[in-house]
Amino acid sequence: MSSFWSWWIIVIVVINIGGSLLLLLANRKVEVRGGKSDEIPTTGHIYDGIEEYDNPLPRWWFNMFLITVIFSVVYLALYPGLGNFRGFLGWTSTGQLDQELAAAEEKYGPIFNQYMDDTIEELAANPDALKMGARLFANNCAVCHGSDGRGNYGFPNLADDDWLYGGQPENIKTSIVQGRNGIMNPWGDVIGEEGVVASANYVLKLSGRDHDAGQAAEGEKVYATYCSACHGADGKGNQTLGAPNLTDNTWLYGGSPEIIKHTIRNGRQGKMPAHGDLLKENRIHLLTAYVYSLSRND
Amino acid sequence: MKHEIIEKNLGLMIVLTLVAVSWGGLAQIVPLFFSDSTTQPVDGLKPYTALQLEGRDIYIREGCAVCHTQMVRPMRAEVERYGHYSVAGEGVYEHPFLWGSKRTGPDLARVGGRYSDDWHKAHLYNPRDVVPESNMPAFPWLFQQSVTGEHTADKMRALRKLGVPYTDDDIANASKVFEAGDVREVDALVAYLQQLGVLMKQKR
Repeated sequence: MSSFWSWWIIVIVVINIGGSLLLLLANRKVEVRGGKSDEIPTTGHIYDGIEEYDNPLPRWWFNMFLITVIFSVVYLALYPGLGNFRGFLGWTSTGQLDQELAAAEEKYGPIFNQYMDDTIEELAANPDALKMGARLFANNCAVCHGSDGRGNYGFPNLADDDWLYGGQPENIKTSIVQGRNGIMNPWGDVIGEEGVVASANYVLKLSGRDHDAGQAAEGEKVYATYCSACHGADGKGNQTLGAPNLTDNTWLYGGSPEIIKHTIRNGRQGKMPAHGDLLKENRIHLLTAYVYSLSRND
Repeated sequence: MKHEIIEKNLGLMIVLTLVAVSWGGLAQIVPLFFSDSTTQPVDGLKPYTALQLEGRDIYIREGCAVCHTQMVRPMRAEVERYGHYSVAGEGVYEHPFLWGSKRTGPDLARVGGRYSDDWHKAHLYNPRDVVPESNMPAFPWLFQQSVTGEHTADKMRALRKLGVPYTDDDIANASKVFEAGDVREVDALVAYLQQLGVLMKQKR
């Protein structure tokens, strides 16, 4: 704040407090009924023969006014309020926040840090660490992956042993820290509706379900040209790209013939948001262990 | 100075009442119009794109601000839940601001990038699909209505008068993204939500 505006505030505040005090003292009335004179003072208002006594404020009330003035002066000396003057306590709201955060870190930091030297595999067998991981999971992951980690339509099940990007501790940690972008291009315009139907039948065949054999044979050619680059020649997917295995019966977006066709036609955009900027390392370490443990408890 | 004089002169009382009530504003509000901390944007702050701007208006239309605040206060409980506290420089292009005053739902000041677009869409279509205990209303019509962009340029012009640095190019191309007619209201709203508060980071 420039010194002009600082003084602007100071002058207004001082005039305000001084003015209130002046007004209070100038209007003070000390003479009380039954005091020096026997006559009861009145304001002179008469209405229907009713007169208004002109009594002073009760003393406690008057003193309350004085106390608020004294309070404001003390407050403005201790806390910031007078322009750029910071107050003798040096208090700021962000300073208080930093103190609170530091105090919390001192108290809770070691609880998280004690697990930093343990490997993910060790933590996955440590009930205390998993309990903390479960709470972190509920707060940060459950809205997409479900409170039990079993996923939802479009959000991967973390409790089975099927992994889009790999289920090793370092894969899981990378997924949390950097996030993932699972992009399947829309193929409807490229291969046409016939290609969509044919390749969908081939995908059904890959996962060993009812399909039209003729369509599937046609689809195999489409698959070899357009799909195998990501999903692999054998349809087993590619964890480096996050391309799902099509030969199992685990489906992120559902595996009905219509949904498979929709997926091929319009593509999919699966996004796991990066949490490296959101969560501290020691939290992510525990989360990784918890997610790692989910598929190993069965 | 007798208070009686004021009490018996209505005109004088009105004038002095006005002085008394504007006194606080003169000290508390007026200096903020001239302070760098409230008038200078934070690093990287850009005016809303056409899509985000339309999304913001849908946010206003649907009354999101009635239940969601956009103001992380500098308190530990809030910073640990939402991230870095909100600063004035993040809101210099906000007209009107959407800080809100009631949290029935969570604060949204830092919701950008937290969830995927797909999650937001699933959640807006029916919140119970992804958060079973949610009491947020569903907004299925956002998926049926498209954004025309008819008034986007006008909105940008109005905001420019209020000091938002839109360029002539921005305004000329304002409705371009909506021309194909395939931008649904939910797309605009999600684009708005995904940029909220992404400029300041603090690990929790």
